[in-house]
Amino acid sequence: MRGIIQYIQSYLGSDQTPGAAGNMFWALVYIMLVFAGLSVAVIAMNWLERKILAHMQVRLGPMRVGPHGLLQPIADAIKLLLKEDIMPSEADAFVFWMAPLIVVLAAFTVFVVVPFGPTHAITDMNIGILFMLGVSSLSVLGIVMAGWASNSHYPLIGALRSSAQMVSYEVAMGLAVVSAVLMTSLNAEGTGTLSMIGIVQAQQTQGEWFIFKFFPLGLIAFFIFAVAMVAETNRAPFDLAEAESELTAGFHTEYSGFRWSLFFLAEYSAMIAVSSIAVTLWLGGWLRPFPHWLSGGTWDKAFSSFPGITFLLFAAMCFYNTVRMPKHPLFRIQTIGLAGFGVVLGLIGLVLFVPAVSLRVQDIFWFAAKVAGFMYLYIWYRGTFPRYRFDQLMQMGWKVLLPMGLGVLILTATVALLQQRIWHP
Amino acid sequence: MAPVATPFFFYLFAAIMLIGGILVITRKNPVHSALALIVTLLAQASIYLMLYAPFVAGVQIILYAGGIMVLFLFVIMLVSIDRTMKERQFNSQWVVGMIAATVLGGLFIAVYTKGTSIFPEHALSVVENDNTQQVATMLYGQYMFAFEIASLLLLVAIIGAVVMAKKRI
Repeated sequence: MRGIIQYIQSYLGSDQTPGAAGNMFWALVYIMLVFAGLSVAVIAMNWLERKILAHMQVRLGPMRVGPHGLLQPIADAIKLLLKEDIMPSEADAFVFWMAPLIVVLAAFTVFVVVPFGPTHAITDMNIGILFMLGVSSLSVLGIVMAGWASNSHYPLIGALRSSAQMVSYEVAMGLAVVSAVLMTSLNAEGTGTLSMIGIVQAQQTQGEWFIFKFFPLGLIAFFIFAVAMVAETNRAPFDLAEAESELTAGFHTEYSGFRWSLFFLAEYSAMIAVSSIAVTLWLGGWLRPFPHWLSGGTWDKAFSSFPGITFLLFAAMCFYNTVRMPKHPLFRIQTIGLAGFGVVLGLIGLVLFVPAVSLRVQDIFWFAAKVAGFMYLYIWYRGTFPRYRFDQLMQMGWKVLLPMGLGVLILTATVALLQQRIWHP
Repeated sequence: MAPVATPFFFYLFAAIMLIGGILVITRKNPVHSALALIVTLLAQASIYLMLYAPFVAGVQIILYAGGIMVLFLFVIMLVSIDRTMKERQFNSQWVVGMIAATVLGGLFIAVYTKGTSIFPEHALSVVENDNTQQVATMLYGQYMFAFEIASLLLLVAIIGAVVMAKKRI
């Protein structure tokens, strides 16, 4: 018994990730935390997407289930779990059954290396970014399998489109990633790193985020990645694989109930995964804004209060809307519920002001805030851009992004060499 | 940190690879064969990982499992399954098959019995943490010429494919 407690405590003082420290217990705890956080993020994203999209189109969005439709995702989840799970009689049963599992596994396994903070990652791999790209490329297999196993026309066409799109944008994405990895090697030893934590630490030591490095080269690489990642996750305006007007729902037309919800879960967690790659590679991962310009104890303290302030703002929004609720007896329970939600958010905000907590949580907060920015962009794209035609999509990938990526890579290498040999020999 | 590369994992992944390989040639449905091949390739990546070569494992997953096999499936999916199911699966080339099997079997037995004297025994000194960097220094330092020749070969292959696929350029 004492041995177990010692084993659990032995990790607490270390400044490594649980994977690197080899501590099984804390690795499991982190895995469960990441999984729970992801699930909550997917639920929140589902609600936010419908709400924001509705407001962009001058609608109200979900309003009935819970105050302002806050409980709608939960109602949806219950509906999906209770729904009949239909399999087409001509389908290839085993492949049909495997496909959603592969997609979900690929989407969630990726988070093993995502660095939420210098020590807040499940593990740090020597090949971190390569691992992320590799495992997320496996989800194409699941999509192809789903489309083929349904034994139906729309899913097959959807799967073909989706896989062609993902395979071709992976190339441009890879080139953009390589030019960011190249920037990590601009140190005294001259060796770069593929590890996710190492990439963020390189930005820390070089004193600038890679998006601003060698302006505008970093920015262009980031732009290529930002376009490719939308195509990679099959989202609007590149959602040809599930274009409703042409293909019903693309590769998951024949799926229903729980299996369909697995595809849904995988799509959103893949979006979060590619956003966290972008944040790690170009936007400084867990680093707070302006760590060098606005350094010093006062600024540190000011920035560490951000998580608390954010939650207090959420709480204030809840209270504002509680006051604005209709004063009808039918709405009494909803009003009380919303006020209670506000109180919970406010209490979380107050806890986050405790220095010991805010010190440990602020890395995670900045990472999550940057990822949330990307999530908002996804919704914004969907509300703004019309869908591309398939030949336009392919042209964009192969004739615009790929040459641009190659050019940026060569220029980055050239500038880096010049900087090392001539300006700072 | 205790090493994870125990013989148990080697036998596990080797068994998965063998079963996958057998499934590839025995399945009648070509899509099932391709899926079995993916399982084999992933198990192979795990063995690379066991040998403390994470970079090779990652590249194996990206290139083979995520890239080439997707293109394989892409083509196979469009083939009519009904027709391929009726086709004869094996060519009965007994003589050639027996010769190849004997040679391969002899090689295996030779390695199993005299393996320790044929291959020099290496103590594993590679640290996993800078595997990628070591691969890079070797490729771009010691083996630069071979590396560039290989890339030239690939370029020729790409141009050849374009020339063959397009009638008028």
